[in-house]
Amino acid sequence: MTYEELLTETALANEQVIVMTAENRALVRNLPGILGKRFIDTGITEQTMIGASAGLALRGRIPVVHALAAFLTMRAFEFVRTDLGIPNLPVKLSGFIPGLLSDGNGPTHQAIEDIAIMRGIPNVTVFAPADEDDLVKMLPQIWSSAHPAYTRVNTRKTWYNHAPFVLGKAEVIAEGSDITILTYGLLFEQALIAVDILRSEGLSVGLINMRSLKPVDEQAILNACAQSGLVVTLEDHFVTGGLYSIIAEVLLKHQTTARVLPIALNNKWFKPALLPDVLQHEGFTGKQIAEQILGYKTAHQQPEILTPEFSE
Amino acid sequence: MKHNAETIDEQELKDIALNVRGHIVRMSTDGGCFTGASLSAVDLIVYLYSRFLNINKDNLNHPDRDYLFLSKGHDVPALYGTFAELGLLDKERLNNHLSINDHIYWHPNTHIPGIEFHSGSLGHLPSVAIGVALDLKISGGTNKVVCILGDGELNEGTCWEAVLVANAYKLDNLIFVVDRNQFQANVHTEDLIPLEPLADKFRAFGAAVKRIDGHNFTHLHHAFSAYPFEEGKLNVVIADTVRGKGLPSIEERADRWFCNFTATEIDQLLLELHGHQNTQLTSETLVVR
Repeated sequence: MTYEELLTETALANEQVIVMTAENRALVRNLPGILGKRFIDTGITEQTMIGASAGLALRGRIPVVHALAAFLTMRAFEFVRTDLGIPNLPVKLSGFIPGLLSDGNGPTHQAIEDIAIMRGIPNVTVFAPADEDDLVKMLPQIWSSAHPAYTRVNTRKTWYNHAPFVLGKAEVIAEGSDITILTYGLLFEQALIAVDILRSEGLSVGLINMRSLKPVDEQAILNACAQSGLVVTLEDHFVTGGLYSIIAEVLLKHQTTARVLPIALNNKWFKPALLPDVLQHEGFTGKQIAEQILGYKTAHQQPEILTPEFSE
Repeated sequence: MKHNAETIDEQELKDIALNVRGHIVRMSTDGGCFTGASLSAVDLIVYLYSRFLNINKDNLNHPDRDYLFLSKGHDVPALYGTFAELGLLDKERLNNHLSINDHIYWHPNTHIPGIEFHSGSLGHLPSVAIGVALDLKISGGTNKVVCILGDGELNEGTCWEAVLVANAYKLDNLIFVVDRNQFQANVHTEDLIPLEPLADKFRAFGAAVKRIDGHNFTHLHHAFSAYPFEEGKLNVVIADTVRGKGLPSIEERADRWFCNFTATEIDQLLLELHGHQNTQLTSETLVVR
C-alpha cells in the first residue's frame, strides 16, 4: 500500500478528514477528484495553510497537511507552535522529502533540524518511518491520535517487513552486546547493511528503528545502553537536537551514561546531488557506517542504492 | 439573511460602550494594559456582539454559533469589558486583571468563555478564521465568521496571504474588520509603512469592501446589515477609528498605546469619560510592551 492509497482509504472512511497542501501535490495527486471540497490547496502559503488547519480542527475536522518538510517545519514554524501546539489541535503534518531525501535540491530544502524544532513544541508528536512499509504501518495510529503530529514522510521501498507499530515504542530489530545502532528514517536501510558487515567482522550487533521520536521509547534506549558496549546514533539530521540529543536527555534523566558514537550531519548542510552520491559523499552508506564504527576499512561490497524519482 | 437596517437603538449601545470604556480604564493600572488600542475597538466590538453576531452565554459551544476572532489581540480589554456587560463574563473577574489566579491578561486566551482562539502574535487569526469559514462551506453551515484586525497588523504578510486564499475559496461567510485607528505600536501607520489607499488594496485582492466611521453605531449597522456584501467575495469592513477614543487626554497620541495610570489618574479619567475636563497625566508615557 502507498501513502496516497492509505490516505484515500482513511479519508473515505472518515468524513472529518480534510486533506490540505501548500501546493505540494506529489503525495496527493488523485485526491482532488476523489475528495472534492475536502481537498484544500491553499497555494504556496505554508503559514496560512497551518492557520487554516487550526480553524478546521476547531470545527472537529482532522486535517492532514502536506508541504516540503523544510517549509512545513520552518517557514510555518510559529504557526505550528502557536496555532497547533498551544491549543493541542489534532492536525497531522506530512513533511515531504525530509533529511537527505531532498537530495539535489540544495540547502534551502534540507529539513535536517526538523526533529529538533518540532519535538521542542509542547503537545506536538514526532515520527520518522524507515520506509514506505513502516510509514503505512505507523500512520493509522498517528492520524487517529488526539495530538498534533509531525511525520517525516519516507516513501522509499525496501525489502524489510516491519513489525506492527505501537505509538511511543521503538521497533527492536535485534539486540547485541558489542554495538547497538539506533536510527530512524531512510538510514535504516543503510543500517541493515552496516549490521551485516559488523556481524561478519565477528561482532554482536543490535539495531533499533526509532520510528517514534516523541513520545520516545525510553526503555528501549536504556536497554540498548545497558546491553551494548557502544551505542551508535545514526541520523540524517544535525547532530544537535535529534536522536543523539534525545539519548543524552534520556540518559541524564535516568542518571546513567553510555559510550555513544553520533553519526549525523555535524554542524553543516550536506552536499546536494542525487541521493546515492549524497550518501556516499556524506559517509552514510552502510559500508561507510560500518567502517566508521570499526575504525578500519573492509573488503565488503556496498549494495547499489536506488535513486528516488523527482517528485514535488 | 439580510438584517433589518432600518432601526437601531443607538443610546442603548452607547451606554454599553461607555461602561466598557470604564472597565478598560480600570484595567489600565497596576500593570496597565493596551488602553489606546482597546478604546478604538470598543464600539466595533460592542456593536458586533450586541446586534450582529449570534453569540450569547447559552450558545458558546454550539456548532451553529457565529465566530469572532480577535486577531489584533492587545485590544482584549475591550472584549473583556463587552463580555462583562453582556453577561458572558462575571464583572467581578475584571478585578483579577493580571492576577496569577485568573486568565485576564494582555492577550486573548481560551480560558475565557467566548474567546474562540488565543492571539497576540499578529497575522495569525485571518488564517484560523479561514479554516472555520472553509469548514462551514464544506458542511453547509450558515454561521458568520468575523476577524478583527489592527491596521498596523496589516504589515504582516500573512494577512495578505489570507486575503488571497479567502478570495480563491470565495469565502463570503468571512468578514475581516480593520480597526483603522491610524497607529501602529509607536508611530502613525502612514509615517512608517503606508497602508492607503487601503480599500483599493483589498478590492484589488478581490474583496468587497465597506469603509465606515467605526464609532457610529448607525453606520456600523448599515454596513453589517448588508452582509454578505457580494456573493462569492470576502467581506472587508474598514472601520475608521480613533486611538484612545473616549478619553480626549490620550486620543490620537502615539505615546498612549500601552498605559499604566496612577490611582489618582484613574479617578480623573473615569470622570473624563463622562465629559469632565481632560486629565492632567503625570504617569510615564511611551510604556511599550
